[in-house]
Amino acid sequence: MVALSDATMRAVVICAGSLAILFVILIFVFLFAEATPILKEHSLADMFFGREWRPTSTPERFGLLPLVVGSLMLTVAASILAVPLGLAGAIYIAELASPRAQAVLKPFVELLAAVPSVVYGFLGLTLLAPLVRQIFHLPTGLTGFTASIILAYMALPTILSLCDDAIRAVPQSIRLGSLALGTTKWQTIRYAVLPAARPGIVPAVMLGIGRVIGETMTVLMVAGMAGTVPKSLFEPMRTMTGTIAAEMGEAARGSTHFHALFLVGALLFVITFIINAIADIAIRRRQPR
Amino acid sequence: MQRCLMARWRVTTFLATAACGLLLPTFGCGRPRPGEQVVIKGSDTMVGLGQRWAEAFVKSHQHILVSVTGGGSGTGIAALVEGTCDIAQASREIKKDELEKAVAAGRRCVERVVAWDGVAVIVNPANPVSKVTLEQLSDLFQGKITNWRELGGPDAPVVLLARETSSGTHAFFKKRVLQLGGKRKGADYAAAAILSTSSQTIHDEVASNPNAIGYVGLAYIEEDVKALAVAETPDGPFVPPTVETVMNRTYPISRPLYVYADGEPEGATKEFLDFALSPLGQSLVTDMGFVPVPKYAGRRAEVSRAK
Repeated sequence: MVALSDATMRAVVICAGSLAILFVILIFVFLFAEATPILKEHSLADMFFGREWRPTSTPERFGLLPLVVGSLMLTVAASILAVPLGLAGAIYIAELASPRAQAVLKPFVELLAAVPSVVYGFLGLTLLAPLVRQIFHLPTGLTGFTASIILAYMALPTILSLCDDAIRAVPQSIRLGSLALGTTKWQTIRYAVLPAARPGIVPAVMLGIGRVIGETMTVLMVAGMAGTVPKSLFEPMRTMTGTIAAEMGEAARGSTHFHALFLVGALLFVITFIINAIADIAIRRRQPR
Repeated sequence: MQRCLMARWRVTTFLATAACGLLLPTFGCGRPRPGEQVVIKGSDTMVGLGQRWAEAFVKSHQHILVSVTGGGSGTGIAALVEGTCDIAQASREIKKDELEKAVAAGRRCVERVVAWDGVAVIVNPANPVSKVTLEQLSDLFQGKITNWRELGGPDAPVVLLARETSSGTHAFFKKRVLQLGGKRKGADYAAAAILSTSSQTIHDEVASNPNAIGYVGLAYIEEDVKALAVAETPDGPFVPPTVETVMNRTYPISRPLYVYADGEPEGATKEFLDFALSPLGQSLVTDMGFVPVPKYAGRRAEVSRAK
């Protein structure tokens, strides 16, 4: 009975595992197959260096630069805000907070992760955008900066919670060994605990960044979505995800616009793939077996 | 033993769920049988109106199922062409290429005006500007006027708010205002214009930003925003957007709201459209902030013209 169930479970797990790979390949093939027809009408160079995204104008223009620059600026800005805060918060909760503070903080942080993105978008639109406009004396508060604050806030619980798990997973012996050598608490955290937790911290950060680059609803509501290349973070900007979400409904199946949106999707796929690959390399490099 | 059974049970449940998921699309999602069900799809502007009609309609026609979804005017027309809906709601006329696709698919698109809508241009109440000409609006939204000073307002930059390109209102406003109904061919929104997915977003930003200007349907005019009076020529008259001025056609930026059906409507589809154009249906139009069709008479035409 046990042997039989082992064999079945093994088969099921192998199936599930290979299904994931199969799905990724299928998505890849589908995206690129739907994206390629646009190359007949617009050259890749024209699109990648095109500075205007105007899908419904005559003549239609599918410059990808505004979308790519917008997505990257938002992601970088949100990561700069969220990663240090998340890591610092995790160190506090895992290493320094009293057990009672831990018991309160962790569930509350995780609760933040469960708030739907529309709610964050709404808060950004009605509370944060007017504030940003007044503080920085901008013409409008619907800017990349406003969106990156909200995005950072959304990525924070993911980063914090996973980093906290990674730090907790470091064996107590490492801490005690380091302290026994006469180091201070901070030196122990900085030179013993954090390096040991690194393989867990890097994916935590990557998941956080993944949430930022893939986030759609908040960006649609807060970032302004203007179709030009932004010159600074304090301008309205458009992202790849937001563009697909806003326009897919109306783009006629099989039209140039439709294929252009698939090209944006394929590009997003490639960018996420690159980020994941970098993370993977970063984890392996410092881990001699 | 217990665990092994649990594991098996879970696998079976998983497989059963997966099988259901795979099989489900073959049931229930086919083309609805005529006479029992009305599937309505299309314009986001009109989805609330469609739902309101449906709620009232099924009270007197309990044997008929009505479903109303949005997605944009183009989505609705595409669904009509593909045969997945009975009525397409559209806040703009059917486009030439859509009509070609419909004809190629063997559909006869019958068009009917079911209500009128005024598109109001709104600014923050703190903005001293209260009237504009269509030409000034065209210059504003093309990005030729960039400072409120040029319209007699304060020295402040103009923040343009437009709807997303998928919106029927975006297309209508471009044609009617930016291109002055054809006089300025090729005129287009300024690239810096902020594109919003909903009228509510535009309303909220205008209500909180003294530099902003945007456009929304009549229903979105509230106390916290100011609707501009608009004139065709600099000599006036400058007409504010209200139900009356849209109904008597003196407000220049008004448009009909359409429904499209495949062929002359019959059965439940006909009953539903008759209801929408009845006095009760048209009173719901007013409730939703739109303007009723004059004398409840729906224009009816099979669309075959090449536009």
